[in-house]
Amino acid sequence: MELFYKKNRYKKWQYVISIGLVAFGTLISFFSSDFVGYQTIALFLLLIVSLNAMLFDIFPVMLSALLSALIWNFFFIPPIFTWHINKPEDTLMFLMYFVIAIINAVLSYKIKQIEKKGREKEEKEKTIKLYNTLLNSLSHELRTPIATIIGSIDTINDKDTKLTKETVFELHKEIKTASYRLNSQVENLLSMNRLESGILKPRFDWCDINEIVYMILNENEELIREHQVLFNANENLPLFRTDGGFLEQILRNIIINSIFHTPNNTIISINVKHVSNNYEIVISDNGKGFPEKDLNLAFNKFYKSAQTESKGLGLGLSIVKGFVEALNGKILLENQVTGGARFTITIPAETSFIQDIIHE
Amino acid sequence: MNKTIVLIIDDEPQIRKLLQINLESNDYKVIQACNGKEGLLMAATHSPDLILLDLGLPDKNGQEVLKDLRGWFNKPVLILTAVNNENDVVLALDNGATDYLTKPFRTGELLARIRSAIRINQSVSNIEIASFDDLLIDFKARLIKKNNQIIKLTHTEYALIILFAKNEGRVLTHQFILKEIWGVAFQTETQYLRVFVGTLRKKIEVNSNHPKHIITESGVGYRFQ
Repeated sequence: MELFYKKNRYKKWQYVISIGLVAFGTLISFFSSDFVGYQTIALFLLLIVSLNAMLFDIFPVMLSALLSALIWNFFFIPPIFTWHINKPEDTLMFLMYFVIAIINAVLSYKIKQIEKKGREKEEKEKTIKLYNTLLNSLSHELRTPIATIIGSIDTINDKDTKLTKETVFELHKEIKTASYRLNSQVENLLSMNRLESGILKPRFDWCDINEIVYMILNENEELIREHQVLFNANENLPLFRTDGGFLEQILRNIIINSIFHTPNNTIISINVKHVSNNYEIVISDNGKGFPEKDLNLAFNKFYKSAQTESKGLGLGLSIVKGFVEALNGKILLENQVTGGARFTITIPAETSFIQDIIHE
Repeated sequence: MNKTIVLIIDDEPQIRKLLQINLESNDYKVIQACNGKEGLLMAATHSPDLILLDLGLPDKNGQEVLKDLRGWFNKPVLILTAVNNENDVVLALDNGATDYLTKPFRTGELLARIRSAIRINQSVSNIEIASFDDLLIDFKARLIKKNNQIIKLTHTEYALIILFAKNEGRVLTHQFILKEIWGVAFQTETQYLRVFVGTLRKKIEVNSNHPKHIITESGVGYRFQ
């Protein structure tokens, strides 16, 4: 609906500008016709119609062609200020002017159509390529855990194989890990889909960002164990009006991403600050960082670093970016001088210092 | 002793089977329905003690079934939802659901929810003392003790913990808590709730950054245990 409205308004402007250009041309012609003669004026007005044809849709161009032909007749072909034309060659020229102006409009319209088709085809090819990447990725990323589950269950059920208690326990653990992995992949796919289709609208509510960070760290305790995550709650942080659920997704994906792609014992530090009308979250690690040429690509869908024998669909960071943008925020990825990656997330939000008032 | 009857309303036979195995091995009697219409009929004819209701049913929206049920059924209804959508959960809780579980859920979680839903439904309001691990609440003396040490609470904090304790194990939406503690006019003022939950956590939790008693259910509310 909004798009339709915008498109309509854009169309209206096309008419206004094309008529304006013709009027402007007429004005210049009016003062110069004594020096250059009315035939030259015809060419000049045609030039303006061609200019319109390059910029605008067919209808505003047609209108400007018609208008300029009439203007040329009325103001410039002697006798001026009448519709009457004296000389037969002028009548011929007037008709030719009209035809050329229309041809101009139609031809440039056709060229634009062809260009548009070309672009559409390109888009389509791009979509197909993306779709293929997704399918390849999906069949690998989803089939691996499924294969693990089926395989483990078959082994457990096979009456001919004698399994120790420990082996059965191990197999159950494999099934569990695989199911969780499957679940998180599906979760990511759903998030991506919901973000792209625009179904996901932020629900703004007062959030304690320290609490949200701690919650993410607590829920991923097991995963984090081999790394050192440093987070010191900023006690002076106000409450922010933002979508806590979106923020959770952002933090969860970046933190899990950092843990998966850095060696054990890597230090991951998280800092939250209140900067003018934003809250700023910086997540940095002392790992290897991203390859310099990948810094701009990392947020692309299906991005996988060539360095790591990467797991996952390559959706995590693109989901992060999607959620940050849904909150009107920005995310910056850079390599630190001291080594390691640093994500800086800046999201605008209303603040409340109500805790200070209550505590007084 | 009569077994507790649980009615499962879910269109997925696999989920029903799994729930049935789990519940029956925990001494519940299970009856099943595969759509909303059948579910309502079973609820009316078998008078179950608790209903597990899937929100995504083939014939009728789960929310509608819930509303229909709530016209006459006052036992606990637990919602099962496959989509992790907080709006749906909050709507269901507003429509009278006792609690919710998001698929896939852990069996332990399911059983805990069922137990707490049934307990809350049966509990008589004249319990005098309740304890939650290191925490002891003496309703009559209006006292809260942590590891046998009396904790000083403000009036609002006390009201909050009493509300939580009376709904042990059950999710309470932000709106519900705000309405109960501060009144209808404050139903959207979640900032008060954030602050008071924060101070209450500092007083009752061993580590307020890793709360064990007041659990945040993101986008929905809090759960006390």
